[in-house]
Amino acid sequence: MKNPYTELTIGMMRTGILGFGGGPSVIPLIRHEAVSRYHWLDDDEFGDTLAIANTLPGPIATKMAAYLGYKLKGWPGAIVSVAAHVLPSCIAMVFLIAFINVLSNSAMISNMISAVMPVVAVMLGQMAYEFGEKAVKGLGRVLGITFFAISFLLLQVISLHPGIVIMIFLLYGAFHYKLKDRLKNKKTDRKEESA
Amino acid sequence: MGIFIPIGVAVFLAFFIANILGYGGGPASIPLMYDQIVTRYGWLDNTEFSQMLALGNSLPGPIATKIAAYVGYDVYGWPGFLAALAGTIIPSAVALIYLLKILRKYKQSPIVKGMSLLVQPVIAIMMLLLTWNMAADAVGSIGYIHSIVIAGLAFLALGKFKIHPAFVIIFAFAYGGFIIPLTS
Repeated sequence: MKNPYTELTIGMMRTGILGFGGGPSVIPLIRHEAVSRYHWLDDDEFGDTLAIANTLPGPIATKMAAYLGYKLKGWPGAIVSVAAHVLPSCIAMVFLIAFINVLSNSAMISNMISAVMPVVAVMLGQMAYEFGEKAVKGLGRVLGITFFAISFLLLQVISLHPGIVIMIFLLYGAFHYKLKDRLKNKKTDRKEESA
Repeated sequence: MGIFIPIGVAVFLAFFIANILGYGGGPASIPLMYDQIVTRYGWLDNTEFSQMLALGNSLPGPIATKIAAYVGYDVYGWPGFLAALAGTIIPSAVALIYLLKILRKYKQSPIVKGMSLLVQPVIAIMMLLLTWNMAADAVGSIGYIHSIVIAGLAFLALGKFKIHPAFVIIFAFAYGGFIIPLTS
């Protein structure tokens, strides 16, 4: 492994500079750097981290950046990671205000940014598919699809806040294995009784 | 204001409050930042705020930190810049780090295992909904044909040829800058 600080700086700066559309749409980019490219953590850990991050308030991208940096190099790592992620665009913000009219009225720039949206959609879609696949693998097809349906209902139909939906699932998840064991025991009990 | 608060502290507090109450990432806390910046402290007026937001949206990176950086600098120079960013980033980042530390300690327990399993279907659906919204925004701003062409190429490049997203995004910029104007 190369110097972790160099990796953190390059990886997080890249996600900060290329991430258009606010924090949530930068998640697939962060995942690419953290999981696929530099192997800072595996996909399961990334998924857990993302879920927990969603239950807390505050900007999502900086929370992820801070955790990744912390995981690699403790608090100094967290600072380097967050700084690399946010400083380029923050400094640009301070200096570019003079050009605000040019920038926010230019058709070329708005076309360029809009053209990135389908790319982000594809990346988000791929992430959705991979998490879906993992859920089905871990829970089985029937339970997996049931939980997809419940999530969809809560998130889209009832429009419950994602953080709250995740908390509900976390709460149930804490008892999932216990419940499963109990159901299994009941089944074997019944079998024994009938035998 | 009844009590006098040093400006650096006020900047820190304003962004701390807006972000700690903003649930669901940076974009969700924009209205809360507006409330602090325009309504409470009057650091910017309505027009200035929307101009700043327009600039923020045309730059990459998280939106909450861009707003914090700009307003912090505008109010109190570089110390303000740092105070605003600290208020935005530090509380939630530290909370996440400690929360994960606790959970990772009990990684092997069936309770934590069940939690990390059950969270996957929600994340999948959340990502799916984000995909849908992003696709709808894309179609709304550049139309079906361009959206489908770019998405198709991106899918091949990312999924099949495993090209780094950076190159795909730069390609999309070029497409947006040069090819889209030809057709409109």
